[in-house]
Amino acid sequence: MIKVLFFARIREELDCRQLDLPWGNDLVDLDALSGRLCREHGEHWEKVLGQQNIIRAVNQKVVTGNTALADGDEVAFFPPVTGG
Amino acid sequence: MSLSVKVQEADFDPAELQRSLLAGGQAEGAVVTFTGYVRASNEQRTIERMELEHYPGMTENSILAILQQAAERWGVLAASVVHRVGVLRTGDQIVWVGVAAAHREAAFSACEFTMDYLKTRAPFWKKEVGPQGDHWVEHRAQDTERAQRWGRSSE
Repeated sequence: MIKVLFFARIREELDCRQLDLPWGNDLVDLDALSGRLCREHGEHWEKVLGQQNIIRAVNQKVVTGNTALADGDEVAFFPPVTGG
Repeated sequence: MSLSVKVQEADFDPAELQRSLLAGGQAEGAVVTFTGYVRASNEQRTIERMELEHYPGMTENSILAILQQAAERWGVLAASVVHRVGVLRTGDQIVWVGVAAAHREAAFSACEFTMDYLKTRAPFWKKEVGPQGDHWVEHRAQDTERAQRWGRSSE
């Protein structure tokens, strides 16, 4: 299973906090996961997840570019951070 | 070396945090602390309250990684970060950073480095709520520039 989390503005725009996706061949890497979410949820998700400044993290580490996924991974999508 | 990170809804007492930062250490010649507050306005918008969201787990680990970097770079003896989440109001304390070192140069630099990196690395998001409605705060390019002054990092 892949746990997918959405935070802050992205969570609100998708109206979704968390998805649990059964592990499968179409989740081999981060781009494949994004592709599947967009196919399943349609144009609005494609627009939100396609935002240029969106940050993706795998197992709580920020990833730049694509990366392989494995069963049990946790993936998160969020906007640039604004703490402090 | 003692490093600690707390993410909490409750308010904090800077004097008490500074005392526990020292906790009997004899080598510390300098302590530098920073306290951040919720401003009454931001870019001409009036703020009634702020809602702070974070990514539990990743937040604590990313701040700890920043403190470890600071400790290695400046020979810090003890460092601590407390960051609040949830609903905050104008004038509330939001973040506290304390660094103890043998000398002031290390303590000043490590404290500033920690805040600069926290602002660009730690997964917190602020939403301002005011008379004009809700507004997710946008990341400021100047925060990234400030963090970049410290040079390339391994993370």
